[in-house]
Amino acid sequence: MKQPRCTIIYLCGVGLLYGNAALYAATDPIADLRREVLDLRRVFDARIELLEARIAVAERAANRARSSAAEAVEIAEDAVIGTTTGSASANAFNPGMGVVLVARVADIGHRWDAIPGFISGGESGPGKSGFTLGESEVNLKASIDDLFFGNVTFAFEDEDGETEIAVEEAWLETTALPAGLTIRAGRQFSGIGNLNSFHRHADDFIDRPLPYQAFFAGQYIADGVQARWVAPTNLFLEIGAELDWGNGLPALGSDDTSPGAWSLFAHTGGDVGASHAWQAGVSYLSADVRDRGVGEDDPGVAPEFTGDSDLVVVDFVWKWAPLGNPTRTNFKLQGEYFRRVEEGTFDGMQVDTDQSGWYLQGIWQFIQGWRVGYRHDRVTTDNGSIFLGTLLEDVDESPRRDSLMLDWSHSDFSRLRLQYVYDQVLTESDSQWLLQYIMSLGAHGGHRF
Amino acid sequence: MRALVAALVWSFLSAPVDALEVFACEPEWGALVSELAGEQARVTVALTAFQDPHRLQARPSLIASTRRADLVVCTGAELEVGWLPLLLRRSGNPNVRPGAAGYFLAADYVRKLEVPTRLDRSQGDIHPQGNPHVHLNPRNITRIARKLAQRLAELDPTNADFYEKRLDDFVERWNAAIVVWEKRARRLEGLIIVPHHRSFTYLADWLGLDVIATVEAKPGIPPSGAHLSRLLEKLNVVAPAAVVRTPYANEKPTTWLAERLDTPVLVLPYTIGGHEDVTDLFTLFDTTLTLLEDLQP
Repeated sequence: MKQPRCTIIYLCGVGLLYGNAALYAATDPIADLRREVLDLRRVFDARIELLEARIAVAERAANRARSSAAEAVEIAEDAVIGTTTGSASANAFNPGMGVVLVARVADIGHRWDAIPGFISGGESGPGKSGFTLGESEVNLKASIDDLFFGNVTFAFEDEDGETEIAVEEAWLETTALPAGLTIRAGRQFSGIGNLNSFHRHADDFIDRPLPYQAFFAGQYIADGVQARWVAPTNLFLEIGAELDWGNGLPALGSDDTSPGAWSLFAHTGGDVGASHAWQAGVSYLSADVRDRGVGEDDPGVAPEFTGDSDLVVVDFVWKWAPLGNPTRTNFKLQGEYFRRVEEGTFDGMQVDTDQSGWYLQGIWQFIQGWRVGYRHDRVTTDNGSIFLGTLLEDVDESPRRDSLMLDWSHSDFSRLRLQYVYDQVLTESDSQWLLQYIMSLGAHGGHRF
Repeated sequence: MRALVAALVWSFLSAPVDALEVFACEPEWGALVSELAGEQARVTVALTAFQDPHRLQARPSLIASTRRADLVVCTGAELEVGWLPLLLRRSGNPNVRPGAAGYFLAADYVRKLEVPTRLDRSQGDIHPQGNPHVHLNPRNITRIARKLAQRLAELDPTNADFYEKRLDDFVERWNAAIVVWEKRARRLEGLIIVPHHRSFTYLADWLGLDVIATVEAKPGIPPSGAHLSRLLEKLNVVAPAAVVRTPYANEKPTTWLAERLDTPVLVLPYTIGGHEDVTDLFTLFDTTLTLLEDLQP
């Protein structure tokens, strides 16, 4: 009985062993599982690929959305910028308006109205003591269209108790001519010399230097046409010419068609390093003078000069500021030399005169807002012996002055100035004190060199 | 005299040939033009980092440069109101007058901050269109670069592709740099500074700096002693990290205030050339961030 039990056990063992194998061999469950796994993997791979593709599509869409969002932001910002920079009101085209208020208080000992030896033909001299409104002015300027720019200045002048409104400037200028060419027409400050083309409130001293007073009665204002050309060079070079038909100085009128005065001028300038800049110029003015009196008297009352007048002006400016930054300290040296030769008749006599003048001034800004300046100006005549014993007699000592000034600017728009003048225009010297204010309202003025 | 004649002759001979003549008011726009146009532009820059853009004068040399320019690139928003209109009119160059293709104002293409609600000069030298110092936010530079590249292509259509390629290249490098800068900026958020003038408004806005006061009481008006004393009293409480100024600003009031507050004076480069390390737009922001980071313990 023992053996068959064993056999049974053996069989059972084998059966167990093989039975399992047989079972596997019959249904192949592992392969099935593998297949299933592989199938699943294939399905998942496909799904993953699909998902990846979808993600890529979604990403591209997102990118597009993002860039179009960025674009939208840009467009929106452009729109905002557009609406904030534009202005729709009716006065949007009003010209730029600037008002300058100028007045002074003065203590003048000996007032003079004419410089000995000169037939100035207009107002000159230190003016009266006390309060004077000076030359307050209103300036309007704007583009006229795409070809022209216009500018007008009305000055309020206080003349011995009477206030006059004068058209100081009224001109238009081309803006679209090619090759650096500009043409200006109307009443304008002549481009000759240096100081002449500046408004008086931009000056560094309260009054104009003596040669300006002697030769132009302060400032040469031309009624006519000016052409300027700037050369296309590295070095600044400007050449200009003017024709003047005006009734004012220097010609005091023109004949029927030809202008009474014409001029030529050239300016050049540049930088020397970062801290220095300069400008120099030479100008020529020719005038057919008609009935120029000694002062501002009515024509025909006092003796007058009629004849040819030739004037040459040489000018220079040199400026220094540390590294070219004038905010704290800066220095300016400026001078002009005038020489005028005239031939004609005065009070029925043939005259031939040779007159000259110059000024030299230095302005130093020593701390922000504060400047001191010194100026020497003088004029000399060689009128000939014909005038001995008259107002036009040559004087031994040239009429001259020494001026000191101190001014303070709180901002770009306000300035207070104190000036002392040691005046030796007449044989008797005079000490003069002047206090002036210059205030700008409205449109920002230009920082001319 | 011979030197003068020689200089004149040389000037005539060295007149422009083919590249665009560009007149940039400020160094940052000169640098941007160079990034976008490379050799295709000859750039003249009016200002240095040591000159106040509000206060420049229309010098003869600048009139000469404007005369030759095909393109004028300036900030606008009235920053250059005292001298640019004068330069444009004196130069007699119709290609760059306002409205022409050769007249490009950067501030026209970005949103301005500190737009005044009350326009009155008693508020100081304010600009009606808003704060003009727009270049100190690099995101503004990107916007301006796009418009400037368009303008270059308009003026010089034969090289349009060249400008577009350079723009793409610049914007890519610029955006990458912005990512780095903005990461660095997180540490600077809330840093309290006292600038001399409102020159750093856009920088502060971008970095999240806290501008608690300016040394100037009103823009463009030097601070009075009384104002500085009041400011000192106020600032003693908050302890700012630095009194900040541009290289061109008057150092006196900032030094006075910083000494009494016992804080450093920080001269930020403000523009290209304002610091020895700042040679282009990238180093401008790199150095500015480094200098600000150095403030922190």
